[in-house]
Amino acid sequence: MGTGTAGTAVVDCDVHNAVPRLSALFPFLPDSWVDYCRETGVEGFDPAFYPPGAPLSARPGSRVGDGPPGSDPDVVRAHVLDATGARWAVLNCLYAVHALHNPDWAASMAGALNEWQAVHWLAADPRFRASIVVSLRDPHAAAEEIGRRAGNGFVQVLLPASAPAPLGQRSFWPVYAAAEAAGVPVAVHPGVGGANPLSPVGWPAHHVEDYAGAALTLQSQLTSLVAEGVFAAYPGLRVVLLESGVTWLPSLMWRFDKNWKALRREVPWVDRPPSQVIREHVLLSTTPLDAPPALDRAWVDRFLTQLGTVRMLLHAGDYPHWHHGTAPAALLEQLSPAERELVLGGNATRLYGLPEEAGCRPVA
Amino acid sequence: MTAPGRAVVVAVVGEIPAGGRKIVDIDGRSVGVFNLGDGFVALRNTCPHEGAPLCEGVLSGALTSPTPGVYHYERRGEILRCPWHQWEFDLRTGRSWVDPDRVRVRHYPVTSDGRHVIVHV
Ligand code: FES
Repeated sequence: MGTGTAGTAVVDCDVHNAVPRLSALFPFLPDSWVDYCRETGVEGFDPAFYPPGAPLSARPGSRVGDGPPGSDPDVVRAHVLDATGARWAVLNCLYAVHALHNPDWAASMAGALNEWQAVHWLAADPRFRASIVVSLRDPHAAAEEIGRRAGNGFVQVLLPASAPAPLGQRSFWPVYAAAEAAGVPVAVHPGVGGANPLSPVGWPAHHVEDYAGAALTLQSQLTSLVAEGVFAAYPGLRVVLLESGVTWLPSLMWRFDKNWKALRREVPWVDRPPSQVIREHVLLSTTPLDAPPALDRAWVDRFLTQLGTVRMLLHAGDYPHWHHGTAPAALLEQLSPAERELVLGGNATRLYGLPEEAGCRPVA
Repeated sequence: MTAPGRAVVVAVVGEIPAGGRKIVDIDGRSVGVFNLGDGFVALRNTCPHEGAPLCEGVLSGALTSPTPGVYHYERRGEILRCPWHQWEFDLRTGRSWVDPDRVRVRHYPVTSDGRHVIVHV
């Protein structure tokens, strides 16, 4: 991919490891739930919005063997680490156990999924890091899972953007308290975690709507997190917005600041302009990047000025999905060496507390 | 500019009750005079944002919060909200709430000789 820069420990912040089949989780699931799965005949929880055969769901070469793209650690390692020279890859497993309505089943499935990640992925390569999958059906159980997993290769909590309710609401705060206490950020990724659809206005009819509109749900969640005071209550918390673009953020910040001046009395805990809160607490992956086809330095200068800081941006490959075109790479090309170092790895290294020494194995 | 310190009688004492206000014209400038109970303040009746008649706005209190869900409400009647975009201004300083260093409204000293309320422009 040619994104490596001499001396930069590249971090790929959004890699999707997939569960090959439901039974892969059975060794890590309590017997009662194993039999429940078997007896009910449930087939699995692959996310419905990335059908493996649909266009853009999987890049060429990522389908190997019987399992879905991204389900073989050796293949993922070869593609996202060895082939690119990335020093670290952060795994965000989208297997949709958090969408289950039964809070106990969901929590048990999430626990099994995390154990499966530890055994089959984190142990497979020291360059893998993983996100803790939790269900928001029982935020206290989610908090316990975060406390159990954080560290030990788990560097972040993963939440679905289409959560059961706006993510800032207080019922979810045990999750943020646990994440802050454990020193891990909370990532929000498109996905369904309850009755709410992928789009803020209802279920779209087509995958192209899911992808083209992905930023809208993230914007709703970001405004909720700020307005409800999550960052005032948990000032050490960082939130990572994944796979939903970046360039929409300045316009949301302009509007949020403007409306806050008139309506801040509703939310007196937001004691600074929302844009300032966002810049201090939020990072975003640059894949996809919604930018003009001819992306030049003048455009990058204007965008970074509007964004406020290059320290909010995280490099990501979004493996094995293939939605993003060439804009993320074009952005990297236009960045100064110092900016590129931050986006490719410096920001993520700091965010996830990754060791900063040089790579432990030769890279391509 | 008018020479500093020129004294202009704007009301007789008792005319503006505590919590009340009077908007007066001084040399073509509209000025709001407010009785805070412990004294008077006077503000230019022009919002520094987009020029609304600021002194016609609602008087409210100062609302802060040490943490989400906890509301500290103090200084009732000392925070003026612009009738247009609802930005808040501190009557005692003329400073806006959202950008106190850069967005301020001119305010003038007010004295009394026992019978009159006097604004110094
Ligand atoms: S004119 Fe006063 S807030 Fe806009």
